[in-house]
Amino acid sequence: MKNSLHLEMYRRMVRIRRFEAAAVDLLAKGELAGGLHTTPGQEGAIVGACVALREDDYMVGTHRSHGHPIGKGASLRGLMAELMARSTGVNRGKGGSMHLADFSVGSLGETSIVGSGLPIATGAALGAQMKGTDRVSLCFFGDGASSEGTFHESLNIAAIWKLPVVYFCENNLYAISTPARETVSVEHIAARAAGYDMPGHVVDGQDVLEVYEVVKSAVDRARSGGGPSLVEAKTYRFEEHAIGLNHLSYREHAEVEQWRKRDPIALFRDRLLDEGVISRGDLDKAEEDVGAEIGDAIEFARSSPDPDPAEAFDHVYATTLETGA
Amino acid sequence: MSMQPRSKPGPEVAKLNFLAALRDAMAEEMRRDADVFVMGEDLRQNLYGSSAGLLDEFGPVRVRDVPLAEAGVIGTAIGAAMVGMRPVVDITISPFLYPACDQIISIAAKSRYIYGGQTSVPIVLRASLFYNAGSAAQHSDRPYQFFLGVPGLKIVVPSDAASAKGLLKTAIRDDDPVLFFEDFNLWSTSVRCDHDDEADRTVPLGRAAVKREGADVTVVAVAASVGLSMKAAEKLGQEGISVEVIDPQTIQPLDEETIFRSVRKTGRIVAVDPAHRTGSFAGEVLARVTETAFASLKAAPRRVCTPDTHIPFAPVMEKGLYPSVESIVDAIRETVA
Ligand SMILES: Cc1ncc(C[n+]2csc(CCOP(=O)(O)OP(=O)(O)O)c2C)c(N)n1
Ligand SMILES: [Mg+2]
Repeated sequence: MKNSLHLEMYRRMVRIRRFEAAAVDLLAKGELAGGLHTTPGQEGAIVGACVALREDDYMVGTHRSHGHPIGKGASLRGLMAELMARSTGVNRGKGGSMHLADFSVGSLGETSIVGSGLPIATGAALGAQMKGTDRVSLCFFGDGASSEGTFHESLNIAAIWKLPVVYFCENNLYAISTPARETVSVEHIAARAAGYDMPGHVVDGQDVLEVYEVVKSAVDRARSGGGPSLVEAKTYRFEEHAIGLNHLSYREHAEVEQWRKRDPIALFRDRLLDEGVISRGDLDKAEEDVGAEIGDAIEFARSSPDPDPAEAFDHVYATTLETGA
Repeated sequence: MSMQPRSKPGPEVAKLNFLAALRDAMAEEMRRDADVFVMGEDLRQNLYGSSAGLLDEFGPVRVRDVPLAEAGVIGTAIGAAMVGMRPVVDITISPFLYPACDQIISIAAKSRYIYGGQTSVPIVLRASLFYNAGSAAQHSDRPYQFFLGVPGLKIVVPSDAASAKGLLKTAIRDDDPVLFFEDFNLWSTSVRCDHDDEADRTVPLGRAAVKREGADVTVVAVAASVGLSMKAAEKLGQEGISVEVIDPQTIQPLDEETIFRSVRKTGRIVAVDPAHRTGSFAGEVLARVTETAFASLKAAPRRVCTPDTHIPFAPVMEKGLYPSVESIVDAIRETVA
């Protein structure tokens, strides 16, 4: 059991890494429009948190959200087709990289206005509570977003109503080029939980198992009526804020190199091998399978039609009104 | 800030008061559908007059007082709506929508679209148009026009108690986000409610109501301006000028066909709107009429709006800024001169 969960965690981390590498490659080849905010370095935080959820739990992402749907188990075809602006994309070509949300795995959106997802995750938790289900809502956000008013409003609302929500901060130390140490009033964002009378935890985001354990206990607590928690994963993005932005000089090369030595995928792989939990062959096979899935997703996207330009007018409303009858 | 007298619970009224109508609409929809709930500031105490008796009947889970956190509260309502609830948020006075504009514009209005139809956001945001109330510039806005340029929102501005009730019921049943603007100047007004079954009547969104038929001039008016326009029409009727008054009821999406049909008959249009002139709904009506029914026009279109200054506190400065029976009469006269 543990064995298969660990293998699945490994598979999802590799899937995120390879999926994004493929997307970057397609962007360079001109097969992909728009920008890409990628997550290499943060896969441990993402997968550790997602895997702590049940399949029917809710999740809200951010602008940097290729990893979140993959972490929650989404199939790659619809995601890749969306990045490639095809009609078969999860958003039917209307969202792209910053809004890559697959609702079939419990996503309620990946929003590109920083901080705007926090109230949505809070509301999903309210809905779950009012409907008497035991679903939990997981909210991803960044260190930058923790200074938005919506962060503070949401934590307060969740606390007073004891909502089943886990706020999960991927603190990658920067909001674009602005260091959190200059913009966040506390050393640990998790310390802000105290102001809202909820537990706050700091975890090593490069250690997928530690993230999993801590988020799992926060999820269990939420599910059993114990209310919200705030978890802060210390992590790092190895690449620039967005692909193509490589002229910025806000961080030292040495710092990046230091963090690259703590690659969450390599750390997890070494640990699994050290502990003899999973064989090298099984890990290699998982990587191979992921490679094939990505090839399949790209093929699927390439062979999918573009959206009809007339679809620009679809999905504005759920109910179109008959006027003037 | 002056509050209106509390409306009393009880449906068996021959006359339907505006605030009671809103309360009844919410109560009836909450009885009908367990997913409907209301949230807002000071709802339990019925501070604003449209939530009398709701707490007693439905309890604190479905009648929720909220913290002062408009973005958080509206966003929370959106999230709840995405997972199957039907929240009705009383934002009370409409400028209190502003701290939540990102949630309204970027999330409520766009989620269905940006996620390619994977979700919908059935929320109603109730907001009062608290003008002509001695409340000065920050409280007196009529901000529906700001949201007209946001596809995905439906915007309702009722003009009397009966239509307000039927429209609010329909808005609650609708699967899209609806902004529902309630004119403070109508709060204490009542309309006759002759039939029992009228109490349970719904009014479709997206349909205009022809409040009075006429042959010479079409007047399209919103909110309390509809009543003023009816008075103006009556006055001019005595002089032999026949005025048709149209209440769009829903200003987004707009029932433009009913307006075009009327203008093709009358050849003249006056749009009356208590909001600021620039960027107004009235301007949008005139633009559409001019584009589509230009050949039918016998006179230049006119609009009666609030001029582009802020709303001052002193009643002697405030009163004259809004459309009045006199200014509407003058504008209509100009079109037939
Ligand atoms: C409200 C808002 N302000 C500014 C931006 C521009 N912006 C996009 S991402 C970003 C940084 C966000 O930092 P953080 O929350 O730490 O997330 P990260 O990018 O590090 O994953 C900014 C400023 C935005 N999208 N939304
Ligand atoms: Mg960051």
